[in-house]
Amino acid sequence: MNETAAMQVSDEVAIDIQGMNKWYGTFHVLRDIDLTVFRGERIVICGPSGSGKSTLIRCINALEEHQQGSITVDGTLLSSDLKNIDTIRSEVGMCFQHFNLFPHLTILENCTLAPIWVRKTPKKEAEETAMHFLEKVKIPDQALKYPGQLSGGQQQRVAIARSLCMRPRIMLFDEPTSALDPEMIKEVLDTMIELAEEGMTMLCVTHEMGFARQVANRVIFMDAGQIVEQNEPEEFFNNPKSERTQLFLSQILGH
Amino acid sequence: MSDTHAQTVAFVRHTEIPPAPPPPGQTGAVKWMRENLFSGPFNTIMTLLGVYIVYTLVVGIFPWIANGVWGVDNIRECREITQGNGGACFAVIEQRWQQLLFGFEYPSSEYWRPTFAFVLLFVAVAPVLFLNLPRIMLAFTGIYPFLAYFLIWGGTILIPITALLGFVVGYFAFRRLERNSFAAGLFGAVAAALITWWVTGFLVQAAPNFLALPEVASRNMGGFMLNMILGTVCVSLSLPIGIALALGRQSHMPIIKWICVIFIEFIRGVPLITLLFVANVVLAYFFPPETSLDLILRVIIMITMFSSAYIAEVIRGGLAALPRGQYEAADSLGLDYAQATRLIIMPQALKISIPGIVNVAVGLFKDTTLVSVISMFDLVGMIRGPILSSTDWAGVYWELWAFASVLFFVVCYGISQYSQWLERKLQTGHR
Ligand SMILES: Nc1ncnc2c1ncn2[C@@H]1O[C@H](COP(=O)(O)OP(=O)(O)OP(=O)(O)O)[C@@H](O)[C@H]1O
Ligand SMILES: [Mg+2]
Repeated sequence: MNETAAMQVSDEVAIDIQGMNKWYGTFHVLRDIDLTVFRGERIVICGPSGSGKSTLIRCINALEEHQQGSITVDGTLLSSDLKNIDTIRSEVGMCFQHFNLFPHLTILENCTLAPIWVRKTPKKEAEETAMHFLEKVKIPDQALKYPGQLSGGQQQRVAIARSLCMRPRIMLFDEPTSALDPEMIKEVLDTMIELAEEGMTMLCVTHEMGFARQVANRVIFMDAGQIVEQNEPEEFFNNPKSERTQLFLSQILGH
Repeated sequence: MSDTHAQTVAFVRHTEIPPAPPPPGQTGAVKWMRENLFSGPFNTIMTLLGVYIVYTLVVGIFPWIANGVWGVDNIRECREITQGNGGACFAVIEQRWQQLLFGFEYPSSEYWRPTFAFVLLFVAVAPVLFLNLPRIMLAFTGIYPFLAYFLIWGGTILIPITALLGFVVGYFAFRRLERNSFAAGLFGAVAAALITWWVTGFLVQAAPNFLALPEVASRNMGGFMLNMILGTVCVSLSLPIGIALALGRQSHMPIIKWICVIFIEFIRGVPLITLLFVANVVLAYFFPPETSLDLILRVIIMITMFSSAYIAEVIRGGLAALPRGQYEAADSLGLDYAQATRLIIMPQALKISIPGIVNVAVGLFKDTTLVSVISMFDLVGMIRGPILSSTDWAGVYWELWAFASVLFFVVCYGISQYSQWLERKLQTGHR
């Protein structure tokens, strides 16, 4: 076990999911999900396609509605109350597979938009914060370009910076590297590793097992809408308990 | 070595050879023509055919313009001069251009007023069309409708001022009450505006001649001015209404959604001309006789309804073209519905919709000539009615219709050029 994985997990609960169920129409996507995430934890979620990984993390910031059970984020119960949803969304940052930058705004405007309109930060201060985080993801010189002029890896790093500008306490990642060419994956993973080292609470859906080994302190395996197995990365990879996990790992690590 | 050089080499060139021009047929006009006009038997035939058509047109039209007659009083004098040479009778435009532009009942001493309003129109739309102009100019854009009304219709200046005042009071009421809820803000704004208008109404009645321009009744409006009034007012009203309808159609609230769907589908299923007849005849029944809702106003309502339904559909197409990820990114950053719509969704949807919106706007502007059918004397109505049926100018078709076409073409071409410029300007790389 390396030193990053050992650091800064407190016993303060960041996310608490109890008995959560979700249906799309009659299709039961998520079944009886129980999950407690502590502040500072880095969790990697993996599993076969269609197993409900995206749906799970999208429920956490209410991009999807759940029908049963409870989700509590930073002590705020996620209900249909719009106030609570807004509170949670401004606490939780999210990065998407396809970046979802705003193509009609410059990189800088992408990063300052939410702080200015949601947090009511003065423009100047918001721009300073944005430049700070753009430097952190190593693309301050692109600030005045438009997203369409950047490479995929750069765009994803901008997306991370954009979320960070809201100073979230929790970050969700939904396959942030799977739309990228191999040579760009590393630059995005490096950014995420740096973030993890600073103690950010992170939930990542990813199939980058190297990343999972290096930074995660828990790996969750999902299948058919259920959490099948969760464990520390070493245990998880070397000693998977369920048969489905073994099969999945043999497929994904086999080549 | 170097001093032996001159002896061992028989010939040394002292000047550079000038670069030779490429052989003819490789560049320039000949090559271009061979590649673009005569690259095969089919293209050659088409080229010759095209040249022949252009030639016939020019030969036909040139004498018509070159031999055109100016400065006579009626068609008979005109025909005497043009006998045999096929010249046009442009004198009709010279004689009647004021009627063509302003209608035949607008007092000629007041022509400066609509002309001035027309010039100011450019100042008013400039900050809307060109986003890099100082935003303070938008204040004038806000005042312009009231100013233009005062200039064109005349009457006391108190009417446009109190109308403006009502809107301002309503706006501030909205800002105050909006914090409680959007509905409260809207309701309060409407109430505040109505009260303001009711109270200031007495003021207008008390001083009907305060700073008044001679009044011109709506039924005296005509000519191209009428087309411009209808076109500008209806386009500028139907854009916001169209946006609201498009958003309403996507709403999660079933009642709002169905109202929008039914409105749009109904309007799109009915020809504009029927709506205009409704405006002319039927709509009058819905209002008590003494209100006598102005005919121009009724027509504006109908054309606006018509074009806003079309614009709504164009914008819906733009909304549908946006990837879902844009909504999700906006949501995940904590923007609320109004912010996400205003800052993220609409700018992109409108950008995609520009060609479609311009299409509707240009079509709408030309469709304003349909009001001639309900006996309003717009440019087309003027030509068909008073001018062609006068004994002086009966039969001068080509010149008049050409004049009308040129006026409409200039405006529509201008709009289309602007939209292409805007599209290029908003291009921010691939998505
Ligand atoms: N909007 C929707 N309506 C209906 N079914 C949906 C919807 N979104 C997802 N699903 C279904 O829910 C299941 C879980 O989807 P989800 O996107 O969470 O899977 P995933 O684990 O993220 O898969 P992947 O690795 O391919 O991203 C899938 O079977 C999918 O077909
Ligand atoms: Mg997914």
